[in-house]
Amino acid sequence: MSLILDKINYYYSKGTAFESKALKNISLTIPDGEFIGLIGHTGSGKSTLIQHMNGLIRADSGSIYYNGQDIYDKDFKMTELRRKVGLVFQYPEHQLFEATVIKDVLFGPTNMGMDKLKAELAAYGALKAVGIGEDLIDASPFELSGGQKRRVAIAGVLAMSPEILILDEPTAGLDPAGRTEILRLLKKIHEDNGITVILVSHSMEDVAEYAERLIVIDDGEIKYDDEPRKVFTHIDELRKTGLEIPECTELVGRLADLGLKVDRSCLTVDEAVASILQSTGY
Amino acid sequence: MINFDDVTFEYIRRDEEGNVESINKALDGISLDVKKGDFIAILGANGSGKSTLARHINALLTPTEGTVFIEEMNTKEDNNLLKIRQKTGMVFQNPDNQIIAGLVEEDVGFGPENIGIPTKEIWERVAFALEKVGMTAYREKSPNNLSGGQKQRVAIAGILAMKPECIVLDEPTAMLDPKGRREVIETITELNKKEGITIILITHYMTEVVGADKVYVMSGGNVKLSGTPREIFKEVELLKEYKLDVPQVTEIAYRLRQKGFPLSECILTIDEFIDAVTNR
Amino acid sequence: MLRDLTIGQYYPVESPIHRLDPRTKFLGTIIYVVSLFLFKSFWGFLLTGGFLVMVTVLARIPPKYVIKGMRPMLFLLLFMMIFNLLLTPGEVIGEWWIFSVTKEGIYAALFMGLRLAMLVLGSSLMTYTTTPNKLTAGMESVFGFLKIFKVPVHELAMMISIALRFIPILLEETNKIMKAQQARGADFETGGPIKRAKALIPILIPLFISSFRRAGELAEAMEARCYHGGEGRTKMKPLKYHIGDLVAYIVLAGLVAGCIFIP
Repeated sequence: MSLILDKINYYYSKGTAFESKALKNISLTIPDGEFIGLIGHTGSGKSTLIQHMNGLIRADSGSIYYNGQDIYDKDFKMTELRRKVGLVFQYPEHQLFEATVIKDVLFGPTNMGMDKLKAELAAYGALKAVGIGEDLIDASPFELSGGQKRRVAIAGVLAMSPEILILDEPTAGLDPAGRTEILRLLKKIHEDNGITVILVSHSMEDVAEYAERLIVIDDGEIKYDDEPRKVFTHIDELRKTGLEIPECTELVGRLADLGLKVDRSCLTVDEAVASILQSTGY
Repeated sequence: MINFDDVTFEYIRRDEEGNVESINKALDGISLDVKKGDFIAILGANGSGKSTLARHINALLTPTEGTVFIEEMNTKEDNNLLKIRQKTGMVFQNPDNQIIAGLVEEDVGFGPENIGIPTKEIWERVAFALEKVGMTAYREKSPNNLSGGQKQRVAIAGILAMKPECIVLDEPTAMLDPKGRREVIETITELNKKEGITIILITHYMTEVVGADKVYVMSGGNVKLSGTPREIFKEVELLKEYKLDVPQVTEIAYRLRQKGFPLSECILTIDEFIDAVTNR
Repeated sequence: MLRDLTIGQYYPVESPIHRLDPRTKFLGTIIYVVSLFLFKSFWGFLLTGGFLVMVTVLARIPPKYVIKGMRPMLFLLLFMMIFNLLLTPGEVIGEWWIFSVTKEGIYAALFMGLRLAMLVLGSSLMTYTTTPNKLTAGMESVFGFLKIFKVPVHELAMMISIALRFIPILLEETNKIMKAQQARGADFETGGPIKRAKALIPILIPLFISSFRRAGELAEAMEARCYHGGEGRTKMKPLKYHIGDLVAYIVLAGLVAGCIFIP
């Protein structure tokens, strides 16, 4: 099970005076079971890129292979790709529309042609996975809190049992506790079900803590595609593209510059604390 | 210049027949004083009452109990309404939903038009306000083609053109990327320093609060903590209880101190941390 | 993309037409449209056609842009032409199945097509060259006399200008919601009319909810910026006639004279 993007090019407003290149020769392989962070500032092309991955946008040139099948092939079933590659848009709670939570979550699985029992099982499973209790299942989604709405919307995609789950800034607009809650949830879904998670984010801190692989995109091109620790060694280049490295990584870097024997590649507060303690002997 | 005296605000929900279904106290006996020229930050989880508080400052909401005074003007009195709103402008979260006109300069002129400023002076004010937020080059552009950070700066200019004494910003950076966030914070910091405008910033981002004169932490409709950023951020555990965070550097320093590492109490920035280590 | 829709969208360049007072342009558009329906002769069309070309050139709108704006109207235009072509009685010159083409039909179709095309081109010039704000200011002023009859002219003008500002935003939002529902397997393309109508629900409900939310937030933002209706309001860009408007009125007078003297 894998998704391969091969030399993808895409233009905005093709054929008009406003034509501009959104994606430039993007090649990527997304194997099974990874937790990937996709970072880039607004307008870098990251939203366009993820919409290629489930066929919502068609590339102007290049190919995409899902499990070895060309998705632009005439015989290829796009609905199947949409099911296997679940895409959660920014502010997904704005797409809720049904009268009850469970009905809304059932929308995806039903569209995918699952039979009733199977769809319901998937929907209940998804709601459980995002931590929505049974007491809320028949509530109107519009009466929930902001954080709950968002989790219901994520469940709506999760219920299609995707193999790859892509989320476009799932923590936007939430308070710190809400952000941590969503990220932990994604980590758990990733670990329990072994699905690939692609987390699109502005926040280096979030990505550093959770992703195993980090893709940095700038001006429609892939700048870095590596382990987060390695990517963060390019502080100056990242800054030039308008991105920051996590505060803790910057701190240990500065300490190392002073001659302290700390590990420059710390990604989290825990790692930084441990490394500083170890190097100074406290 | 802003004074809250034991302010309570209740959202009353009614069912279809108009009977009271539930009463939700969004503000619960808040008292506070803001001095002219201060940079105030308000922190709090979603639903802690901070947006309700903000809406009391420019009289979009008025207290159920207690009083709010803006420079001796009671927000409950209708005659004061326009004056209060001119003195305390407000910037909201969603950049798209607060820009009214189809051209940047016309949007900035909207406020002055409403308070009856003569045409010639509107133009002067618009030019001044756009200059202050660094958006002069975009004055004849459509707001639809601007980035989120630029839109928020236009919104700030729209307030500035009314010559306010205070700007209240309700999570102005929540929908922006890091670059846009920086633009907005730099703009308001400069307005506070150079123009002496009182700033009240509501945010979820702890790093934006570090430069404030005073921080209020809200939870359950009440102010739970108040003090300088340094005084607030040393309460690492307490903040977590209120569903908040501290900047990463602050947390690292806090945890090192607990292990007996000799660092001064509450470090807020990387520079401070480095200074503390090198001066040791 | 939906943002590429050009008809009715302001085209920002400097030109004598852009500088004209919106009231002048309003009146001009009305005279032009009326003249289109008065003229029945070749000379009449030559006059209005010449007027249209002159204004377009003066407005510095690229012909490509203007023609692109026509595209959504093309279907209606063809339909009207064929309708006229086949259903006008008169001297038959060709027959096919139950239809017959008459000489009068050809004339009628040509005139109708030309008239409609010129109508759309001419009136969209108004919106190409006038910012929404000026457009509504012009409307507010031209229809200002209705205030005597307690018509809330200012409020209506404000509503129109806000609607114009939010059209591109709502189009983009519709696009986004459609994609999000497609990602959940929604299918808008296949099936009968009932199935297709049903498929719109997952788009329309979120769109309504978001429009209401936007409206609420916008109202709050306007109130916070001291908006309290038209009373005591000054204008950043008050309407003022310039020398160009005088010239325009002379040209328009010429057009009116043409209407009277050319059959």
